[in-house]
Amino acid sequence: MPSQVPDAPIIRIRDLHKRYGALEVLKGVSLDVSRGEVVVIIGPSGTGKSTLLRCVNQLTRPDSGQVWLDAEEVTAPECNINAVRAEVGMVFQDFNLFNHLTALRNVAVGPMKVKRLPREEAYELAREELARVGLAEKANSYPGQLSGGQKQRVAIARALAMKPKVMLFDEPTSALDPELIGEVLDVMKQLAKEHMTMLVVTHEMGFAREVASRIIFMEGGYIVEEGPPAQLFYAAKQPRTAEFLGKIADLYGEEQAVGG
Amino acid sequence: MTGLAEFWQMIWPSLGNGLVITLKLSVGALLIGFLIGLPTALLRVYGTKGMRAIATAYVDVIRGTPQLVQLFFIYYGLADTGLNATLVSLGLPHGLLVLQPMTAAYAALGINSGAYQAEYFRGAIQAIGGGQMTAARALGMTRLQSIAHIVLPQALRLAIAPWSNEAAYMVKYTSIVSLIAVSDLFGEARRIMSRHYNQMVMLPFVGLMYLAIVLLITWGMHHVEQRTKIPGLEIETQRT
Ligand SMILES: Nc1ncnc2c1ncn2[C@@H]1O[C@H](COP(=O)(O)OP(=O)(O)O)[C@@H](O)[C@H]1O
Ligand SMILES: [Mg+2]
Repeated sequence: MPSQVPDAPIIRIRDLHKRYGALEVLKGVSLDVSRGEVVVIIGPSGTGKSTLLRCVNQLTRPDSGQVWLDAEEVTAPECNINAVRAEVGMVFQDFNLFNHLTALRNVAVGPMKVKRLPREEAYELAREELARVGLAEKANSYPGQLSGGQKQRVAIARALAMKPKVMLFDEPTSALDPELIGEVLDVMKQLAKEHMTMLVVTHEMGFAREVASRIIFMEGGYIVEEGPPAQLFYAAKQPRTAEFLGKIADLYGEEQAVGG
Repeated sequence: MTGLAEFWQMIWPSLGNGLVITLKLSVGALLIGFLIGLPTALLRVYGTKGMRAIATAYVDVIRGTPQLVQLFFIYYGLADTGLNATLVSLGLPHGLLVLQPMTAAYAALGINSGAYQAEYFRGAIQAIGGGQMTAARALGMTRLQSIAHIVLPQALRLAIAPWSNEAAYMVKYTSIVSLIAVSDLFGEARRIMSRHYNQMVMLPFVGLMYLAIVLLITWGMHHVEQRTKIPGLEIETQRT
């Protein structure tokens, strides 16, 4: 691996384009994320937020444009994509836990199968990661026996067990009952405190205001505006940004979007 | 009492031998069907366009034609003189495709079962959904690892119930092999009937023997299903 400039961006995205048939989902998106940054992506649904995240670990292949993780161009044809994915954690809206495995084995299976860690080491690591998300006592529970909030925390532990360089969150709390959202956001806030690099698609404006180093507002396949939370919440340059944030406030409660 | 002893003498050991043949054929054909069916299902779900087309054609042809026609094709059709002359002219051994009755029976039943099993496995694989596959790939697992460690362990569990139906059908359908002179349970029963003209006794009796095997399989597979159940997932298993 080539030596790194210390504060070179850990993720670099250049002029990403993606279309599905007649629908152009990404129309030229560029973005840099620095080490330890928490970047929150907001925007109406169907604007390509998920597609952008999935381009980072190449679950979706862009039509053109480049993505780098550190010095590695993940969009290059010769890139070993499985090796890259092992370094990029991803958390999904509907958890996607492996239903036939206990929480412990859900977390251990990645290190065992991808990194070839011996079983006992992988279990040890999995126990640590479960403890980190506050679920040490649920190690032997199956996903079907866990609440939504617990499932999502296991999913986070599963991603963390791979010791990722960055974490991608795609609406991690959107499928949760309101009373379970807090426990997941708390884990994410803790991660942010530990300087994990995070790229988070969410409608949780309280989280964004508290934790985000930067907020990206996406609409119609473009990044419309980006900046620190204070700028987007109180001094948006684009009228569409203010309009969208107003709508979110109506939808998710005033205190979340503007208060606090 | 003498009646019972006489009856025993009449059916033993021939029905016992027939039973062994029937069980051997059932197990063997189910196994062949599994070895064909699972890869076929995987190709239909994960294969390239060409592989999917081939797998689909196989399943459609087998499921769309009578099993007896398939059996006769493999036993009589492949023994066709013209076909064998062609094989010889291609430098292949004479009689390569002229099969023994038992071989033809295994082949016909196994190939037939493969198509049905492929459909059960495909349904089970698709019921698992793509989300877990995506999560596995996101961890860095290869496609093959994701299938082997994530999709299949769940799909095979889901397939137990339909598979036990297939096993029950198989036991009953093996009876058609008596038509190509295999001495299975039904073949032996027919021989006894032709000698003693006692079909009103033999047919119900041999029918009950099939029933007993089927009940045993159903009970056994139910037991397997219970043993492999994923805790917390009862509702999903029942739905499929
Ligand atoms: N695999 C796909 N095939 C076809 N259309 C897709 C696919 N994935 C996403 N889309 C479409 O692309 C658009 C953007 O999707 P997405 O990135 O999920 O938006 P967002 O996450 O912002 O809601 C949507 O209209 C969606 O229907
Ligand atoms: Mg989305």
